[in-house]
Amino acid sequence: MTRMSWFNAVSLTLGFAFLYIPMVILVIFSFNESKLVTVWAGFSTKWYGELLQNEAFLNAAWVTVKVAVMSSTIATVLGTMAAYVLVRGGRFMGRTLFSGMIYAPLVMPEVITGLSLLLLFIGIGLDRGVMTIVLAHTTFSMCYVSVVVSSRLVTFDKSLEEAALDLGCSPSEAFRLVTLPIIAPAVISGWLLAFTLSLDDLVIASFTSGPSATTLPIKIFSAVRLGVSPEINALSTLMIAIVTVGVITASLVTKRQMVRQKRDEQAAART
Amino acid sequence: MMRRFFLISVPYLWLLALFLVPFVIVLKISLSDVALARPPYMPQFDWATGIGAFLSELDFENFTWLTEDDLYWKAYLSSLKIALISTFFTLLVGYPMAYGMARAPQEWRPTLMMLVILPFWTSFLIRVYAWMGILSNEGFLNQFLLWTGVISEPLTILNTNSAVYIGIVYTYLPFMILPIYSALERLDGSLIEAAEDLGCSRLTAFWLVTIPLSRPGIIAGSFLVFIPVLGEFVIPSLLGGSSTLMIGKVLWEEFFSNRDWPVASAVAVVLLLILVIPIVLFQRNQQKQQEAEQ
Repeated sequence: MTRMSWFNAVSLTLGFAFLYIPMVILVIFSFNESKLVTVWAGFSTKWYGELLQNEAFLNAAWVTVKVAVMSSTIATVLGTMAAYVLVRGGRFMGRTLFSGMIYAPLVMPEVITGLSLLLLFIGIGLDRGVMTIVLAHTTFSMCYVSVVVSSRLVTFDKSLEEAALDLGCSPSEAFRLVTLPIIAPAVISGWLLAFTLSLDDLVIASFTSGPSATTLPIKIFSAVRLGVSPEINALSTLMIAIVTVGVITASLVTKRQMVRQKRDEQAAART
Repeated sequence: MMRRFFLISVPYLWLLALFLVPFVIVLKISLSDVALARPPYMPQFDWATGIGAFLSELDFENFTWLTEDDLYWKAYLSSLKIALISTFFTLLVGYPMAYGMARAPQEWRPTLMMLVILPFWTSFLIRVYAWMGILSNEGFLNQFLLWTGVISEPLTILNTNSAVYIGIVYTYLPFMILPIYSALERLDGSLIEAAEDLGCSRLTAFWLVTIPLSRPGIIAGSFLVFIPVLGEFVIPSLLGGSSTLMIGKVLWEEFFSNRDWPVASAVAVVLLLILVIPIVLFQRNQQKQQEAEQ
């Protein structure tokens, strides 16, 4: 089919309009002069200025980034280990429980995860703060990382690893020199996924944070409960801009990498 | 050998300590004495007295409480209702989009795909917030409808269940589109041509060939929407009104406002028991699909 039918064109246009118009409106009204978010009163960037002077938001943003970097990094290491064990580990005691624990957090309602972790932290007398949020975020995001990485591990040719071992690599060298470079794109996208999940999380962070550590979503949520405000629009616009740039860059980089990898594989096949 | 042990045990212990043990604690508190368990609850498990004493102390008071107070029944039922209806609407909006994407020229597809995924990377909270400005009484939707003359009085949408439905369809749409798209993209076009050659109209061919063959995608997408929506908290509390009853919100309030931990735990346990059914069905569907691919 060379041309789209009008039905498909209309449903795609309406669908994407539905997905994007709310965000476009949000962005436009972040540049509104008036405090009233719904009435246009001229262009202004004053809300961005106010946002940058709002210490509470800046602090919360810093806590959020710290938590996201730490939790996604630990989650990537643990999740990759878990994926490797599940795909290559063979049989071991309690394997079913292990894979169950990897998949369960993916479908567990956030309110339950949050509640259970809070009760644990209180039970063992751990003070709630940045550390407890990192522990909580690591736990659920390592499961996402492991799903992403294991889907890559399943498709890759095991004989490459075996060849490295036959040629005298130690298992850890084989992993570092052969396996890791091949699964690297999946590991990176796992990290990115874990990072955004952590940035985005409101419910679990609300349960596991203490008065000393407020994350940005918690801050936004309590501000938004009182109604719409141009400052939140400005903040949202900044976040949308960062994500858009990030996703587009990431997709361009992976595309280039895939082209290069294909070329390398073809070159290897020729020699 | 050492290395393998290390690889297995580190993530294993992490999940045991931070996933399984917390859940056992929730189960425990949901069964603990209400009087003792007023916050801070009294941890009842005492290793010295052992399992026997522990078991004899269990009581199901919190669960009988859940059945007696009809707030909880209504909240579970209304969460199920909201989840079912919004899954249906998400399918209604998502299917034509997935279909259009699968039929779009090959070179457009990666871009369309990215356009569907992009909102997923943007903050959930912000996407819900965006609708608050649109649906309020002075919001854009009302302004637009008043301007076009469709209505003469602003409609009240924000803080009603309709706003919750709109919010859910909006935020969960990518979860519905992607599995349906991947089912439709694999669909062999010659099957539809064959049906048409054999005398089916386009619509009958769509109904008899395309829909059944995309069923695994429809099922997967529906569960991916239904399961998380059941425990949803952010959407009902920002877009819904005081009459919007959803169990995630009830659990949150039970914990943060009423500070009744045993009841909050019991609410969580029952929610999980309800979720087991769709989760098992979803897993089965995924497994069947995987086997079919091999």
